[in-house]
Amino acid sequence: MTDLTKLTIAESREALKKKEFSATELTEAYIKKMDEGRKFNAFVCETPEKAIEQAKSSQEKIAKGEGGDLEGIPLGIKDLFCTKGIATTACSNILKGFVPPYESTVTSKLLAAGANFLGKLNLDEFAMGGSNETSAFGPVVNPWSKDVPLVAGGSSGGSAAAVAAEMCAAATGTDTGGSIRQPSAYCGVTGIKPTYGRCSRYGIIAFASSLDQAGPIAKDVRDCAIMLKNMAGYDAKDATSVKVDVPDFEKFLGADIKGMRIGIPKEYRVDGLDEEVAAYWDKAAEMLKARGAEIVEISLPHTKYALATYYIIAPAEASSNLARYDGLRYGNRVDGVHLDDMYINSRTAGFGREVKRRIMIGTYVLSAGYYDAYYLKAQKVRRLIRDDYVKAFEKCDLILTPTAPTAAFPIGDKSMQENPITMWLNDIFTVSVSLAGLPGMNLPIGLNKNGLPLGMQLVGKAFDEESIFKAASALEKDINFKGVK
Amino acid sequence: MAIDTQTVKRIAFLSRLRIDDDKIALAEEEFNKILAWVEQLQDVPTDDVEPLISVNENNLSLRKDEVTEGNQAEAVLANAPMKEYGYFAVPKVVE
Amino acid sequence: MTGMIINGKTGDWEVICGLEIHCQIISKSKIFSGASTHYGSDPNENVSFVDAGMPGMLPTLNEYCVRQAVKTGLGLNAKINKYSEFARKNYFYADLPQGYQISQFKYPIVGEGFVEIDLEDGSSKKIGIERLHIEQDAGKSIHDISPTKSFIDLNRAGVGLMEIVTKPDFRSPEEAGAFLRKLRSIVRYLGTCDGNMDEGSMRCDVNVSVRKVGEDGYRTRNEMKNVNSVKFVMQAIDYEARRHVETYENGGMIEQETRLFDPIKGETRVMRKKEFAHDYRYFPEPDLLPLVLDDAFIQEVKDEMVELPDAKRRRFVAELGLTPYDASVLCEDRKTAEWFEKAARGHDAKKVANWMMGDFFAMLNEKKISLEESPITPENLGKLVELVTTNVINGKTAKDVFAIMAESGENPEKIVDEKGLKQVTDSGEIEKIIDAVIADNQDNVAAYRAGKVALMGWFVGQVMKASKGKANPGMVNQLLKAKLDGK
Repeated sequence: MTDLTKLTIAESREALKKKEFSATELTEAYIKKMDEGRKFNAFVCETPEKAIEQAKSSQEKIAKGEGGDLEGIPLGIKDLFCTKGIATTACSNILKGFVPPYESTVTSKLLAAGANFLGKLNLDEFAMGGSNETSAFGPVVNPWSKDVPLVAGGSSGGSAAAVAAEMCAAATGTDTGGSIRQPSAYCGVTGIKPTYGRCSRYGIIAFASSLDQAGPIAKDVRDCAIMLKNMAGYDAKDATSVKVDVPDFEKFLGADIKGMRIGIPKEYRVDGLDEEVAAYWDKAAEMLKARGAEIVEISLPHTKYALATYYIIAPAEASSNLARYDGLRYGNRVDGVHLDDMYINSRTAGFGREVKRRIMIGTYVLSAGYYDAYYLKAQKVRRLIRDDYVKAFEKCDLILTPTAPTAAFPIGDKSMQENPITMWLNDIFTVSVSLAGLPGMNLPIGLNKNGLPLGMQLVGKAFDEESIFKAASALEKDINFKGVK
Repeated sequence: MAIDTQTVKRIAFLSRLRIDDDKIALAEEEFNKILAWVEQLQDVPTDDVEPLISVNENNLSLRKDEVTEGNQAEAVLANAPMKEYGYFAVPKVVE
Repeated sequence: MTGMIINGKTGDWEVICGLEIHCQIISKSKIFSGASTHYGSDPNENVSFVDAGMPGMLPTLNEYCVRQAVKTGLGLNAKINKYSEFARKNYFYADLPQGYQISQFKYPIVGEGFVEIDLEDGSSKKIGIERLHIEQDAGKSIHDISPTKSFIDLNRAGVGLMEIVTKPDFRSPEEAGAFLRKLRSIVRYLGTCDGNMDEGSMRCDVNVSVRKVGEDGYRTRNEMKNVNSVKFVMQAIDYEARRHVETYENGGMIEQETRLFDPIKGETRVMRKKEFAHDYRYFPEPDLLPLVLDDAFIQEVKDEMVELPDAKRRRFVAELGLTPYDASVLCEDRKTAEWFEKAARGHDAKKVANWMMGDFFAMLNEKKISLEESPITPENLGKLVELVTTNVINGKTAKDVFAIMAESGENPEKIVDEKGLKQVTDSGEIEKIIDAVIADNQDNVAAYRAGKVALMGWFVGQVMKASKGKANPGMVNQLLKAKLDGK
């Protein structure tokens, strides 16, 4: 029974129902994998006893023919989701020792569906980063690494790596500018950032409120559908969550995509786009075409401003969202004579370099005299970027782009360390989707010549995850991507 | 819009962060590099464009006036680095 | 012109003043969380995880607080903005858990309006309202328990506030005082704020500048934060205006700064210079969408509106014949006005007003009780007045009956019946008493007739006494005079 961790959620669920093995056995198998996979530094907090306990109660339900959609399924939770009674840190020293007295809405829903939690997963500090190297717990190692350790991507690097290394059946992630899609691409797994407002943000430690959105990272498209169904839904506790029905995304899988119009944004053919990435992009378009989809060229003229727009809006919101970390009510305090000393000491010691950088940029762009030139300007450009998509979707039903411009790079890469902007450029294909609030999925498309996974991004209209799932399940069949050995 | 050392210090204080004196120059350089990069937005004509506050187009939903939480001082204070007599405690505040 | 003029060495100066008033909204739960707004609980008991600024917590807007703000806006004759936005005001402080206050900035829920104030000389003046916006209150820092530490109680954190900003329309401390009393009266009528300045549920920031009479534009102003009584607001304006004049006349300049009013010394001192002014970095609150009100909602609130003090006062004058002064005294507090209306129903309203403002208020004061605790019901006060107007009892007896009512709460008709206090209006009976008094006091009758007319009062007193106070005093006077003079 050593191969239990190879099974998808859908497969495990069937097998559990047929009593081929028990929920406890399944959970134990993942716990064993989690132990073996410590070298990847994916988990920052392991809760195996709790998982087993939950699995036992799941098993009782399964035995009686009861249980939820995820009964007995062991998951990993990005350490940005507050979990009641379990340390939650956002991988920042400033939240050292913080144990939330409440549960996030998304994790509550997953628990209610019968899932158990193996532990909390590594991420870039406060989800700010694209390589998981800003984590206070150190970087996650990409399970695809060969001789040099590679980054797992970020910010949901722990989630993507844990799924790739089969250390959990699936994981939660969050995406602000690409934090689900980009690490999923680097680690060769499937991840979807749903439409902004689809999942409740209640209990998810905020980075940039107008962009943050939870979503699953899983082994395949079907598992993403199962996970998303059990994470999504209107929540009165989050004023930005939207009152729309959550469809059973699974039922869209395998649907005919004949006549579906697939948009290819011409502006994304940027100079210096990796040749292999470009080739896979063409290949994906061909595959869809072969299934009867229609390929159309579209234009997203303001997309080139998306990164600069994002790096004003996200830090601005973050500078305010992170003001609550002051060492007063929770987290790490470094004392000082006066209140301001205590704030400065606690925050200077508690935040890492990238977080400080973004707080300062955010503070600056909102400060008196600069607001109009930066923040207001960025909000206006954000509208233009969104309008581009609205217009584009008059001509197509779905947009196909690469997820990231390259495959995973080595941990500690010099050019990225020296210039933050170089690092930020990794989000070039994902941020505009976030700014427009649209759903986007990463689907592994194949390996590059170095044997590293590359991913394609499928972008849908707002609340049209349906089209994404339809096209993704078709592509997935044709690609037949094999996971990490 | 290049910024100077004084501004970096002011922004650091507004952010309640300390930059050691020997790091200021570096921070200033990095700051200016980033600001020069985002300057590209000035190329986009936006005179008649309304700022986008939220991609969410529905209206704000409102909550009923009901007391649903409270009497949980213990949980509220559970993570406090310092607490006394049921209060959060901090160094003396002088205005 | 009712303004205050300061006669300086270099000429006459006028004072320019505007107010910003924070009114705590009356609601069961906080504006952005489901914690109770109850005042006086144990520390940190009425605190939700949202109020404590815990990671991942999000605000949700209380519908009733919105309703209260709209209602107040209507009470201020103001424009209700169907579109408004929340914004974050960023600053660090121990009692501000999120590191920002959720407020409104560019798009407040209520726009321009006005309040009419009544001045002592009988004139009235319109004070412009610039805006009203809603926001959350901060917690409380307690500095006097420990010498080295401050303690934080978040019970108040997140209670809804309405910040009302006036135009710089005040030209004297009296105008500002009259405005605050009027505003307090309005919000109390509406039930949107209890208006208690001493408990901090209504707090006032005062902006003051001066300018030469005839000068255009405004000079630099100073702001005084949290002045917590009407009297102190008036003192602060007076002090500050004189300080400005003195400074200018001595060749100095006024710097823009925030000052603190010291109620013990009756003066103001610097709290924060401009260079240390906050940079609040306002931006639209991304956790809340814009607030859009529809006509139906606004109409609903309109339908709930009560008659406001101004309208009530006008009606009391026009329909009930009260003097403007009596009407405004009775209308300042809604419950008083309603009590009065109940008492006056079907009776002589002017007389009821006299009784209420005289003996009745004196009785409440003496007993240190509120209107609600009064043993005398409005109906019974009305009946008492009726007994006097219909000559069933005389004024003197009415005072005695009132005293009994104040103790027992009894119906005055019953008291009069049981104690046989009905006044004697039968002239034959009164004449009989007068005759007896004259017969018994022949020496005084002689003295009176010899020109000592002042004895008339003494005779009246004797007759009243003999009638046990029940004789109608008017008839006694008339008949007595006739008998003594007419002979």
